[in-house]
Amino acid sequence: MNAVARLSNVSRIYPPRAGHAAVHALGPLSFELKAGEFFGVVGPSGCGKSTLLDVLAGLAAPSEGTVEFEGKPVAGTVPDGVGVVFQEDASFPWLTVEDNVAFGLRRLGTDPAEIRRRVDFAVGFMGLNDFRRAYPSQLSGGMRQRVCIARTLVLQPRLILLDEPFGALDQQTRLLMGDELLRLWRETSATVMLITHALDEANLLSDRIGVMSARPGRFIDVVETGWPRDRDSRLAERPDFGAVTSRLWSLLRTESMLALGQGAQAAE
Amino acid sequence: MSKAGWIRLVVLAAFFGAVEAMCRTGVISPKLVIAPTAMVEAMVKLLGSGELNPDIRQTLSSVGIAMGLSVTGGFALGCVLYWLPPLRRTVDPFLAAYYSLPHFAFYPLLIVIFGLGALPLIVLATLFAMVAMIMATLSGLDRIPRVLIKTARMQRLSLPAEIWHIRLPAAAPHLFSGLKLAVTYSFIGVIAGEFILSTSGLGHQIAYAYDNFDNRTMYGLILLVLCIATAFNLLVFAYERRLARQRGQ
Repeated sequence: MNAVARLSNVSRIYPPRAGHAAVHALGPLSFELKAGEFFGVVGPSGCGKSTLLDVLAGLAAPSEGTVEFEGKPVAGTVPDGVGVVFQEDASFPWLTVEDNVAFGLRRLGTDPAEIRRRVDFAVGFMGLNDFRRAYPSQLSGGMRQRVCIARTLVLQPRLILLDEPFGALDQQTRLLMGDELLRLWRETSATVMLITHALDEANLLSDRIGVMSARPGRFIDVVETGWPRDRDSRLAERPDFGAVTSRLWSLLRTESMLALGQGAQAAE
Repeated sequence: MSKAGWIRLVVLAAFFGAVEAMCRTGVISPKLVIAPTAMVEAMVKLLGSGELNPDIRQTLSSVGIAMGLSVTGGFALGCVLYWLPPLRRTVDPFLAAYYSLPHFAFYPLLIVIFGLGALPLIVLATLFAMVAMIMATLSGLDRIPRVLIKTARMQRLSLPAEIWHIRLPAAAPHLFSGLKLAVTYSFIGVIAGEFILSTSGLGHQIAYAYDNFDNRTMYGLILLVLCIATAFNLLVFAYERRLARQRGQ
């Protein structure tokens, strides 16, 4: 399979600021996202997962190394065809659900009939039909995150990057949102990279899981799950499911302890 | 109406009823305060006679100009300071200390510079109101969630589109509190200035009536000014409520 995105020897170092030494947040790190795969990223807290996403999305420039999307270098701007869903609520509180979802297409000057068609699809797909005219403040956290996913979905991205999008949701909602994400991935045939701190979530959703080290983040291993493409949260009932989660944890345990130590140092 | 609303209404009615009764029975001397109903009567008569129309027009136009200048100017200066952090760090202490200055002490100076008329009043009111708008603009721009800026970049918006479609609406609630303050301060600036030294305007007419022991006219005018300011504030308040309801607050 050919690569959608490629990172070569990428590292990111935050320059020193008043009272703070320079922080080596990420890398050097190289990896490829294969077309159409679901790639999960797990790692201890503060290991540079979000930095990795920012660099890959073009939201932050790498200090060293190169980033490519569909064979073209990514330099300081988000390339066309890349959609990002963030951990924080990024819905626009001043727009209705419908207008939130249509936002990007309106800015592009897309034909109104086409906007309606795509918004109808995305709103329906994310189960927001009954809330089209509601404002985000009238919705739960999970619903608002759906609005953000739908807003990204209408732009028909070929690469979807998700930064712990379900981090603030309860376990049941997370499982259901995970199922929806899998459905979205199957039906759009987009490539997905999901950052998460939940090992079973990464296991359930991903074809491959990149396991990151403590800061500066690098991949210490990439675990292939081998799950069927047509899967959902019932996968967790399989006897071999637990083995993959255990594998992830055995890889991560030392790194997480290291990260805890780093946190304690930083707090001093 | 809510329970609190009814209680408020009853308390207000009781207060004015008591003042009315005390004025009518002579407990309160009419040299001090005239009965509330007499104030209303005086205001209606003043408005009906039309003799105050030029003063009303002048005061309202001065307030309007000061409002427009302080809101647009304050917003523009706020944006400039936001985008030029070194400049902002330089002027920050001045902004913070600004409202501890007795602005009206500078009014005589403004008269010397601009002459006696509407101009020094507009300048005074604008100076008084603009800084509130500058500070509201800054805090509004400061508090835009970072994730919305990232979203703008993800949506590949140009800088003008990002400002118009993301930054401004995100900062709107703060801009609105600045607008409310600027409206109030413009009123205070113009009317207080007229009160101190002016040859026309509502503030001047109140001062004139006061100097001539014309309690009837004075209280009628005070009531009129109150009504105008309240009407203005209600208008702004209603619009703000509409915006807030939209955002489900």
